[in-house]
Amino acid sequence: MVDIFYPLQWIADKLTYEVFGIAPETHLAASINFIIYDVMKIFVLLSVMIFAISYIRTYITPEKTRRILGGKKGLRYHLVASLIGTVSPFCSCSSVPLFIGFVEAGVPLGVTFSFLITSPLVNEAAVAVLWATLGFKATAIYVVSGIVLGVFGGYLIGVLKLERYVEDFVYKIKVGQSTAEHENLTAKERAGIAFEGVKDIVGRIWIYVIIGVSIGGIFHGYAPEGILEKYAGKDNLLAVPIAVILGVPLYSNVMGMIPIVESLIGKGLPIGTSLAFLMSVTAVSLPEMIILKKVLKNELIAIFVSIVAVSVIFTGYLFNILL
Amino acid sequence: MKIEILGTGCPKCKKTKEAVEKVLKENGVEAEVVKVEDFETILNYGVMVTPAVVIDGEVKLAGKVPDEKEVLKWIA
Repeated sequence: MVDIFYPLQWIADKLTYEVFGIAPETHLAASINFIIYDVMKIFVLLSVMIFAISYIRTYITPEKTRRILGGKKGLRYHLVASLIGTVSPFCSCSSVPLFIGFVEAGVPLGVTFSFLITSPLVNEAAVAVLWATLGFKATAIYVVSGIVLGVFGGYLIGVLKLERYVEDFVYKIKVGQSTAEHENLTAKERAGIAFEGVKDIVGRIWIYVIIGVSIGGIFHGYAPEGILEKYAGKDNLLAVPIAVILGVPLYSNVMGMIPIVESLIGKGLPIGTSLAFLMSVTAVSLPEMIILKKVLKNELIAIFVSIVAVSVIFTGYLFNILL
Repeated sequence: MKIEILGTGCPKCKKTKEAVEKVLKENGVEAEVVKVEDFETILNYGVMVTPAVVIDGEVKLAGKVPDEKEVLKWIA
């Protein structure tokens, strides 16, 4: 297969060895080359991916999602909810209004959770950075796992009939008819919105990416080969749960975490453990739980976090065995 | 004119309020700007993604920070 990123590697090599004049085969050269190449590749993929998904998103409004999923039960609607979650934006501050909006439209609790689990887990920025750093295969595994996790987790919550753990006021709120819907937009207007999306997201996360790549680059250049294989390899069964627990409080830095994880994989951290770590960083975040506490009772939050954490740990073991 | 900024206190909501107030000031337009953080009121407007801007009871935008050109169009 032709490496479409070859030109970026060529530029990174030119800059490292010729412009900066760093001798090849040194720790410094390895670090600098890694940083330049990764930063370019990440920003190219980020821009393309965010643009594409933001464009698609102009067709999928929360109002439409509510109409599609209202009153629908069954596994395939969990899948639909989860898939819509992959292309929906997720600012944790919107999770409560979205939650109430879904419940009010008669979307079953379990289906709502399928959406709520997958939405933060699979988002275009994380996918772009994953693709740029860990390659297509690991990214595909991550995305599919994220969808399966949403379908499965939501389904389980539906089966357990946990409606009583939703705060009572949620059922009393009436959602009005919004007057601002994206209807009849021209292709140019949609492209404009998509471009705004690129500017907005890249503007917010570039600093985390640069910091993450720099730390990853230093680790890549200077850490001894195979160091992590020795301490956190596949035969260390505690590595996956520890990685998942470490991931929970790290939400806002996920874009920066990915390039660091890339360098950890280079030093022998297994793929399954790495993906489990990244999934726990995105799927369960403290700020989101605090916000969701306004509509969910503690029992349901605890069940939600446990289901996600256990599934993520399972996913980690699974891919450590398979890959 | 009454402008309501709907949002539950995220950074984007603050940015939205700042953007609206800046445009109002630059153009010398008098308006009452209030921040609405109560879920019930937000949802009564049919808004599920914040921040949102409501002018005289009409939802103008939901789910993103408006740019200044948009704000100008609404208040003109």
